[in-house]
Amino acid sequence: MNPLNNNKDVVIHSKDLTKKFGDFYAVDHISFEVKKGEIFGFLGANGAGKTTAMRMLCGLSFPTSGEATVAGFNVYNQQEKIKQNIGYMSQKFSLYENLTPSENITFFAGVYGVPRKEIKERSKLLIEKIGLQNEANTLVASLPLGWKQKLAFSVAIFHNPKIVFLDEPTGGVDPVTRRQFWDMIYEAAASGITIFVTTHYMDEAEYCDRVTIMVDGKIEGLDSPANLKLQFGGDNMDEVFYRLARKAERVES
Amino acid sequence: MANAAIVLTNISKSYDKVKAVDDISIAIKPGELFGLIGPDGAGKTTIFRILTTLLLPDTGIANVSGNDVVKNYKEIRKSIGYMPGRFSLYQDLTVHENLTFFATLFGTTIEENYNLIKDIYEQIKPFSNRRAGKLSGGMKQKLALCCALIHKPNVLFLDEPTTGVDVVSRREFWEMLKRLKQQGITILVSTPYMDEAMLCERIALIQKGKILGIDTPQNIINSFPAKLYAAKADNIYNLLKDLRRFNEIETRYPFGEWLHVTLKDANADGERVIYNYAKEQGHKNIEVKIIKPSIEDSFIRLSNPITLQRLETNEPVKQQ
Repeated sequence: MNPLNNNKDVVIHSKDLTKKFGDFYAVDHISFEVKKGEIFGFLGANGAGKTTAMRMLCGLSFPTSGEATVAGFNVYNQQEKIKQNIGYMSQKFSLYENLTPSENITFFAGVYGVPRKEIKERSKLLIEKIGLQNEANTLVASLPLGWKQKLAFSVAIFHNPKIVFLDEPTGGVDPVTRRQFWDMIYEAAASGITIFVTTHYMDEAEYCDRVTIMVDGKIEGLDSPANLKLQFGGDNMDEVFYRLARKAERVES
Repeated sequence: MANAAIVLTNISKSYDKVKAVDDISIAIKPGELFGLIGPDGAGKTTIFRILTTLLLPDTGIANVSGNDVVKNYKEIRKSIGYMPGRFSLYQDLTVHENLTFFATLFGTTIEENYNLIKDIYEQIKPFSNRRAGKLSGGMKQKLALCCALIHKPNVLFLDEPTTGVDVVSRREFWEMLKRLKQQGITILVSTPYMDEAMLCERIALIQKGKILGIDTPQNIINSFPAKLYAAKADNIYNLLKDLRRFNEIETRYPFGEWLHVTLKDANADGERVIYNYAKEQGHKNIEVKIIKPSIEDSFIRLSNPITLQRLETNEPVKQQ
């Protein structure tokens, strides 16, 4: 919750990070730092360049220019190291629907190299913690969306990554479960995991320590929600976002 | 309601053991902009599929413009427009070809009803030769709306038209709906975004196949049965954890930059009670104020007590 102003605590560092597709600047010289344990909100209209930026930070796509390190590893030549040190979940894909919750945990933890013995012990505890004892052997496909998303988050941080990237984790989830989900985020952040999260719910932007707002590939706002409201003159983040994003000239491609 | 545009009476539908829609009754007036507000799995899409004659209800009766969804399904299909949640146009046809196809299917032409779609179509006209599959999310949404409108339907069904769409496009879309309403079209629209409820004339809050409440958004807010307080302090997460342990409090949950709180004792001076407790717990920069509830507060309040209890304690979910 309280980011420290100490360089060794910087877990994401980005300077002029840029991605061009032909003549098109999908991400246009973005610079920011994210600190250990921080909840960092990454907002932008559709097509603003959020996904492209996230793909570079997750080691899935090479930048055109600029520099960035994630968990201390370079996005140009240490992509595999980055992948080992991050967790990722999205609204669209995070679990295998035709595996059970236990099988999903075993599979993903195994992929990330968690020892078998540890997987066995901790996966039982995790299933109990999120209350899926009775569903441990049902296929994920038949779980309600809110439960799936809570399980997916737990799976994404099972290997104790330094950073977890969450791409619209609460889309379509009911208001009560959405709040439980954020409780899990706070808990993870308090334990030192850095949270990098995108959302279309502007009330959730208020839960972040700091928020960036991307417009047309550039960062137009970067500060705590309270300061952004002062800077751009809005009563809430919805208004701040609207004021910045409506200037956007390009549409999603 | 004899002159209603859409009537559902005791409609139920199950898939295997899951009750997707559980004894739902709603009457929607002609020309009304009516919202079904609820999360994924609430049963919204099942209701749409029953009303658009794509799915038979297990029990109950439903009418659209006076036609029974089972007996007179052919009449209904001619007179409604339907925009499903999933993009369902022909991806390999161009924007113009899709629109021509749907106009022809309903025995009309683009020119005949152009005035109805003009505002929306002008925005995608520069791309009229682009294949639908190559459009952006916002443009697909506009094309789908044009295709649903081209035969001048009496009733328009829009299933989650703004899901996954950013705030700017969402506002534009609701502006379009307001203009369509002025043309006298009855509109049934669903959304998981609680803030969009305020833009409807009447709404039904729906969860797990059941209706939690039907009324105007304002009346739903006015019937919130308790005084609602907003509280914050420097460390909001610790404040939430502390308030969970405070037994004078009935509910407390995060809401944007604030925590929303209700007390067990309706007559208590909540501002003082909450402030003093937070101060005792060592919180700094405490603010507490009485606020007006939002639709999301009402939805949370009306959610079943078990869900609410889970929110309160953040206990694990239990099998139901």
